[in-house]
Amino acid sequence: MRDLFAIRKELPPAWNRILGVAAFALPLLVWCVVSYVPAVWHPLIKIDKPGGVSWFSAGLLVDKPVFAMESARAVAAGKARPTGEPANPVFLPAPDQVARALYTAFTTPPRLEGEQWLHQSLWESIKTIFYGFAISSLIGVPLGVLCGSYAFWARLTEPFVDFVRYMPAPAFGALAVAVLGIYDAPKVAIIVIGTLFQQILVVSNTVRKVDPALLEAAQTLGASRRSLLLHVIVPSSLPDLYNDMRILLGWAWTYLIVAEVVGVSSGITFFINQQAKYRMFENVYAAILIIGFIGLGTDQVLGFLGRRIFPWKDPRPSRFRRFVLELFTTPRTLEAAPAHEKPVA
Amino acid sequence: MDTTFFMPPSYLDQSPAVAERFARLRARPVVMEVRSLTKRFPTTGGMTTALSDVSFQVHRREFMCVIGPSGCGKSTLVRILAGLETPSSGSVQVDGAEVRGPGADRGMVFQGYTLFPWLTVKKNVMFGPMQRGLGESAAEVEAKQWLALVGLEKFADHFPVQLSGGMKQRVAIARALANNPRILLMDEPFGALDAQTRAQMQHYLLQIWKNVDVTIVFITHDLDEAIYLSDRILVLKAHPGEVREMIEVPVPRPRLPAQFGGLEFAATKARLEELIHPKTEAKLDELPMIRLAQAGDDVE
Repeated sequence: MRDLFAIRKELPPAWNRILGVAAFALPLLVWCVVSYVPAVWHPLIKIDKPGGVSWFSAGLLVDKPVFAMESARAVAAGKARPTGEPANPVFLPAPDQVARALYTAFTTPPRLEGEQWLHQSLWESIKTIFYGFAISSLIGVPLGVLCGSYAFWARLTEPFVDFVRYMPAPAFGALAVAVLGIYDAPKVAIIVIGTLFQQILVVSNTVRKVDPALLEAAQTLGASRRSLLLHVIVPSSLPDLYNDMRILLGWAWTYLIVAEVVGVSSGITFFINQQAKYRMFENVYAAILIIGFIGLGTDQVLGFLGRRIFPWKDPRPSRFRRFVLELFTTPRTLEAAPAHEKPVA
Repeated sequence: MDTTFFMPPSYLDQSPAVAERFARLRARPVVMEVRSLTKRFPTTGGMTTALSDVSFQVHRREFMCVIGPSGCGKSTLVRILAGLETPSSGSVQVDGAEVRGPGADRGMVFQGYTLFPWLTVKKNVMFGPMQRGLGESAAEVEAKQWLALVGLEKFADHFPVQLSGGMKQRVAIARALANNPRILLMDEPFGALDAQTRAQMQHYLLQIWKNVDVTIVFITHDLDEAIYLSDRILVLKAHPGEVREMIEVPVPRPRLPAQFGGLEFAATKARLEELIHPKTEAKLDELPMIRLAQAGDDVE
């Protein structure tokens, strides 16, 4: 038991598995208890039969004190007592409702003409992210590499970039709409503004971490400056840049939600807002969860690809992949797996 | 009756064969000429002199070791020879041309291997030839020859991360030699290796040096290594780094590990120790008598 809390020690595989499951199971358990055990919270009464209270109707949610007061008043007036059962507010749907909504949100047709299906909203969001991130990377990565390699470009670029990156991207919303119209362009612009300036600094920092000994070795092998940049700095920092991109892509999702309310509201944010207006909060939760799944999914796919693209770099599987592997394999097969990566004599 | 007493030989006594070898060596053309090299660094307390007025010549196909206590600036010296640092004053010439920065005529092998981790062993060796404009296939042919020389053809397609320390350093040597450098600079190349691998590598290096037309300047702090490998040993002293002596190693070639116990070997080593650690014993006596072990019998 003491070993579980040893500083900087790997956990036994069994505990790795247990804690990994618990990381998701505990929040879910809290959610279930709050949803299914009326004694825990349930501050409202969901009306079943309105009885003698004129403004009650079946399905209405009222505060417990209000319900008590109205039913006492109805009984005093000799009318029928209203009935109902404890309920949570509408913004906290139960896990089973959300689980069902994960499926039904896709199958429910849009309520109004011109509204989009969930999958259309998602696709639109993904396109916005893609364009925003691609444009940002096309500028940010080369510029960051230049800044990380040449003091000249760093000095000319970084003070200004440092200044701009403190300006919140959403603050440019009104400006973006004025310049670029109300449709997709300003949304892409917000993502670019939000990502680009961070990207330049992150990339240049990563490039600066290239081992100077490798640069010296290349110089003693006769490498020119151009060659140092193209054949040493770039290939050496590619795996770390690739990981930077994975992290920055996560930021781009954050800016997406802001970007999509700029101009004509669109994409997954519009879907979420509409569902909230219809008070279909299980759909809201479902949509947010789907964003989480897409994010985690892309990250894992990119991580998986990264290990294929850069076989010379840290060959261990990611934490998540290891977790999944551990769930379905015995510890022994997992240890046997990376044997080919050990040094040969 | 023979009345001569046994006298330990001096490191200056050379057998006729060795003396003749040094005469031939001195007759060979000078590849590298170092003239009153000085290097000063700014530090918090003013300027520190790392090297002061260092001059020497390296002849073609010579194997020279540079040795000295820590802080004598031997790493600084080799970095200046490589062109990775500029001297405060003085000059370095290779074949009569002034050194003005790193160049392919001076290959370098570092203690930390510095292989390019994203390239396979073969591509690492091809790096230099391709920098000087060789096509991919020609560079590959050349790389294979150099890998064969260091005995690593079988590992051509491995990544450096898959190799042991000794193998990495052999790749680094092949990579440096693939540029056909006039001089191979080696900065404590075997310092990170275990004793057994290190001995192997020393043997390998002598074989390579025998078979390849290259001049070697080798930095080390290991006295045995310096004597075993080199023709001449440049001894530096610390604070500031100055030339103490240039020793002609009287041990005959070809060198064999068995010579570690030989008379010439011992005499040279005694001289090196005298030059590098002159006050070691005196310092031991000055140590305060604290915490001396009581259970001395247990460890005899």
